[in-house]
Amino acid sequence: MASVPTADGGRSLLERPPLARLPDRALKYGLTVLSALILALIVYFFVRLIGQARPAFAKEGVFGFIFGNDWNVGAEHFGALPLLVGTLITSALALLIGVPVAVAAAVYATELCPPRLRGALTMLVELLAAVPSVVYGLWGIFFLAPKLEGAEQWLADRLSFVPFIGGGHATIPNYFITGLVLAIMILPIVSAIAREVMATVPADHKEAALGLGATRWEMIRLAVLPYCRSGIVGGAMLGLGRAIGETIAVTILIGDAPRLGHHLVEQGYSLAAVIANEFGEAQGVHRSALFAAGLVLFVLTLLVNGVARYLVVRAARSGGQRGRGVENAAAGGQILADAAIGA
Amino acid sequence: MSAPTTGPIGAPGPAGRGQATGGDRLARFAPSAARRRRDRFARASILAGTVIALVPLALIVYYLLSKGLSSWSVSFFTTDPTGSTFFGGSSIGGIKSAILGTIEIVALASAIAVPLGVGVAIWLVEYGRSGWFAQLVRFFVDVLTGVPSIVFGLFVYIVLVVGTGSTYAGYKGSIALSLLMLPIVIRSAEVVLLLVPGALRESALALGVPRWRVIFSVVLPTALPGMLTGVLLAVARAAGETAPLLFTAAATLKTNFNLGGFMNSLPVQIYKDVTSATTSVEHRAWGAALTLVVMILLLNLVARLIARRSRLA
Repeated sequence: MASVPTADGGRSLLERPPLARLPDRALKYGLTVLSALILALIVYFFVRLIGQARPAFAKEGVFGFIFGNDWNVGAEHFGALPLLVGTLITSALALLIGVPVAVAAAVYATELCPPRLRGALTMLVELLAAVPSVVYGLWGIFFLAPKLEGAEQWLADRLSFVPFIGGGHATIPNYFITGLVLAIMILPIVSAIAREVMATVPADHKEAALGLGATRWEMIRLAVLPYCRSGIVGGAMLGLGRAIGETIAVTILIGDAPRLGHHLVEQGYSLAAVIANEFGEAQGVHRSALFAAGLVLFVLTLLVNGVARYLVVRAARSGGQRGRGVENAAAGGQILADAAIGA
Repeated sequence: MSAPTTGPIGAPGPAGRGQATGGDRLARFAPSAARRRRDRFARASILAGTVIALVPLALIVYYLLSKGLSSWSVSFFTTDPTGSTFFGGSSIGGIKSAILGTIEIVALASAIAVPLGVGVAIWLVEYGRSGWFAQLVRFFVDVLTGVPSIVFGLFVYIVLVVGTGSTYAGYKGSIALSLLMLPIVIRSAEVVLLLVPGALRESALALGVPRWRVIFSVVLPTALPGMLTGVLLAVARAAGETAPLLFTAAATLKTNFNLGGFMNSLPVQIYKDVTSATTSVEHRAWGAALTLVVMILLLNLVARLIARRSRLA
């Protein structure tokens, strides 16, 4: 730029004076530092949590803590197996009940529903996401659980030959009712992601199936569902992550009994519920054991969400230009799956 | 899209392949009766699944309204809970402290999370773009999205309660909620900022406007309505959270305007009432739940209205 006339400092006339460049630099580096702080925060968080959990791990051993089947606060025995099993049973049940319903709602909204009803249907399913966890707990324990107790007992008696699923004496708070309410709670997120993924199915595929004489259901089964499989599985995993981390509704509904329930209709405990329920009065090793339970919960949700995101993003990649919506829905995770933004 | 049948659908019984006469050749391409039956069955099942998905919503709304409205009264909103659980009626008190506490805690949480979240989103879109560091930040923000809310409560407890050797306080609850809001604000703001047309930025830059002024006077005003939508959704989510507040803001009965002290909130009040050994406070729990849901739905409604008016997206 030798031809540009220069001012006394030797810089180009088109350049800004150093002082005017200052706010630009300040903004850039300020924001970079801010973003780096988010990383630092999570790492710091993890380290502090491990530090607080260490006394419990030292007492029981990491393996002994996670797989010990004895949570006895009085005797200072802290084996988290009953909690871990409670978390896994209720979350698995939530998936078992919630995912088919959520996928059916998504298929109906994208493929079968009259276009006029589509918006209203989508909005209604998403309203479920606006109900707070504690309200689900309130509704579940005072309305749903007493209403279903008889039916649960009847089913448990009929199925008493199946280990765990059947048999036992039904109580009002139990594993089953917890799983059922969790299924309702994960419905909107699983359904929203399934809908986003189904919207990425190319119209060509669907029209080709119809053109070959497929019925509507055959078109869904042959063209839509296989194309969306990994996206739907990813959405289900995101739902699983939510179910595992769900605290207050589970604390209210699972019964908070610190032992391994032998039947589906009996009381249990979960990792998140034990923290909410016992942290207030906990001291010493007990408190440390609750931090350790939090750590196990944290790692569990990290693994599940990691797999979920990988699957959803992969589904989005194959979905082409509509893919960004799916990725955003995945990122939105616990928001109303970015519904309002996409609307 | 119309039904994929090509032949005469009206033909009853096991019509279909093989039976077509020369008059309507196309009939042999019509789905066989078995396939049509399977199609009808599958469609009916899908419709049934959709209806099942809507049943809980109807039940929740119905019970919230029928039980909640009956406990609403003027004194319900203007008195603090008394802590007494042995007498029914008005002696158990209302939810004034819980409503004010929720508003104060969530307002402070938003004041923390929104500037930070929007700042990180601006950095991701305007500076970081798709570099390795920006991808790393995005990954960690996604990690933050998946963290259970009670774990945020534990974190704030470790750092601000154990770390400072003090006790619970309203502002500590706000910080726990702001951690929860942060990833929602960042990802939703990022989506909207990406929608701001590049030509808008380039024309401002070509006029010699410095980058920071482009961001503040061109990019942000354009993206504002969309970002507001994301912020309101984050606020709505934070307002309904109980778990992070349990051992950060604790619970108290009295109305408190000092965020440095113990503070009541609607979700915690409902949780205490539900888990209370006596059932006389169940009434208050339903009324408080209805109040909370109405507040959250209003936020959602405003968010949707703003999203609809936004010029982007």
